Amino acid sequence: MAEGATSIPQSVGSGSGPAPRSFARAASGVLFTLLLTFLGLTAVTFVIGRVMPVDPVLAIVGDRASQDVYDKVYQDLGLDRPLYEQFGRYLWKLAHGDLGVSIMTTNPVAEDIVRFFPATMELATVATLMGVFIGVPMGVLAAVRQGRWPDHIVRVVGLFGYSVPVFWLGMVALLIFYAKLDWVAGPGRLDVFYDGIVEPVTGILMIDAALMKEWEIFRNALSHLILPATILGTYSLAYIARMTRSFMLDQLNQEYVLTARVKGLSEWDVIWRHAFRNVLVQLITIIGLTYASLLEGSVLTETVFAWPGIGQYITISLFNSDMNSVLGGTIVVGVSFIGINMLSDLLYKWVDPRAR
Amino acid sequence: MNERSAAVSMHGVGLRDWLLSNAPHSGFQARCQRFYLAWLIFRRNPIAMIGLVITLGLVLVAIFAPWITSTNGLQPELMNRLQPGSSEHWFGTDELGRDIFDRIVWGSRITLYIVGLVGMIVVPIGLVVGTVAGYMGGYVDNVLMRITDIFLAFPRLILALALMAALGPSLENAVLAIAVTTWSPYARIARAEALTIRNSEFIMAAQMQGASTAGILYRHVMPLCISSVIVRLTLDMAGIILTAAGLGFLGLGAQPPTPEWGAMISTGRQFLLDQWWVPTVPGIAIFVVSLGFNLLGDGLRDVLDPKSGE
Repeated sequence: MAEGATSIPQSVGSGSGPAPRSFARAASGVLFTLLLTFLGLTAVTFVIGRVMPVDPVLAIVGDRASQDVYDKVYQDLGLDRPLYEQFGRYLWKLAHGDLGVSIMTTNPVAEDIVRFFPATMELATVATLMGVFIGVPMGVLAAVRQGRWPDHIVRVVGLFGYSVPVFWLGMVALLIFYAKLDWVAGPGRLDVFYDGIVEPVTGILMIDAALMKEWEIFRNALSHLILPATILGTYSLAYIARMTRSFMLDQLNQEYVLTARVKGLSEWDVIWRHAFRNVLVQLITIIGLTYASLLEGSVLTETVFAWPGIGQYITISLFNSDMNSVLGGTIVVGVSFIGINMLSDLLYKWVDPRAR
Repeated sequence: MNERSAAVSMHGVGLRDWLLSNAPHSGFQARCQRFYLAWLIFRRNPIAMIGLVITLGLVLVAIFAPWITSTNGLQPELMNRLQPGSSEHWFGTDELGRDIFDRIVWGSRITLYIVGLVGMIVVPIGLVVGTVAGYMGGYVDNVLMRITDIFLAFPRLILALALMAALGPSLENAVLAIAVTTWSPYARIARAEALTIRNSEFIMAAQMQGASTAGILYRHVMPLCISSVIVRLTLDMAGIILTAAGLGFLGLGAQPPTPEWGAMISTGRQFLLDQWWVPTVPGIAIFVVSLGFNLLGDGLRDVLDPKSGE
């Protein structure tokens, strides 16, 4: 369910003593963990690249090449060197943004990813926004009306979000809202005849269309986006609403809330200006975690909706045994996932001195 | 008749008394009592009971699959392609004329196989890493927990995908990929438990009696860590099922003609518009089963670990 999510704020930058530490020390702890985790990620992708059943030399020279050519390429790739040296070279290349060349598209993987990543970001961002704007008020309401119907609705939505296979939900939604009711546009990011009109500036279609004042394209892009984003948003909604509820319950049982009520403040002020303020910091962490998990969790949704994002890029490459692209995509998603998690953790430590 | 029912009810009362007596006479009785008391709490939670019923239903369906179904769900029957639901084929037939109900029933075995196998890999690894780290402390703890943290921070689905790319698509490889990406939280939980157990007096007693570290870990520390690890596993079950189904949907898990639910949705996709039941029914099966595990997990957590409940 909330895999590791709740444990991350405590787990990161561990080794903290009982004495209060400065933010700088906490931050350097987080940075150290960040570097270590990145190193771990690259080590894992390196190992995966080494044990794969696809011979990287054969993939380049083809199976008709002579032994001489094979040996030459084998040496060029550095496969005759000791493992640690190969790993060092691998890191060196990664540090320079060199993820190798994709066999499928014949472009450098880094270039491909720059092209596909914005689509995923667009999807994940809108899905997270939906989760925040619907989930947070829902969670607050559930906490305030604990044990009554708003609370039950949050529980049911949560169970639904955690139990439904997202790719199946997407398919059924396409069937109902696209095929039967025709309320939204179908798979893909744009209708075919709008393709290629908008100049990619940010890569995020809706922003690009708005920049060029192509409102028709903007509407079309929105109509394509709304369904996959809602499906993806179901999960974030469930998680955010549930966490908001439990954070709010903690606060509402505190004495300062009672004091505020005794002072005669309106219920609205008690909830939003007192209790909710104290929840905000924790919420930011949760929203960061959700956003990161949606970045990687969009793989299945992208497949269903033919959404040309990083997830689809990875899966298609996978079936073409295009290891450079798969591992490149894994590293980019991994780095953004880990980065966002650590960033929200850092933010938490910065805003809330108790967390140091 | 009167005598017999009296004997039965006598026995019933006797059993209840035995289970609730304040002074258990044997370790066995004490253990039974613990389970019974937990069950009494569990029984009061209707949502958890629904979860239990669904989960038990899944197990029963898997066990009795040969008796429930009329085919093995693998043989094509092209005369019966894409039939809608009827009294003969409850959920209709798929693109090769195979009965979808039969395939769902046989697929329940695969679902249980995946969940069971992942659990069997993940729990021992998590227990060993966690208890060793927590009990030994110091240098060992630091190294093991750093590794755990690294795995905890990884994006799971993507990592599983990359692993599948290296290992090649198959059911066992999918299980392996899921296990590699799921073990880390178990190590954290086991470590937290081991840290509290480490300083208890009975551990000191065992140490003074000259028990070996491995013996203490195996006999005294691990058994006490198991309950929280099991609760976590039950809560994770739904996630494991969904990930496995997702891998199957992408074509990376079980290969056709295996009736794996995710793969069934994937092959049924092209018939969505005209024969909606082909991809829809397996999705409902996945939903119901993961819902069952989620409900059961929530209930178990309330019983075994009332503190962390909301």
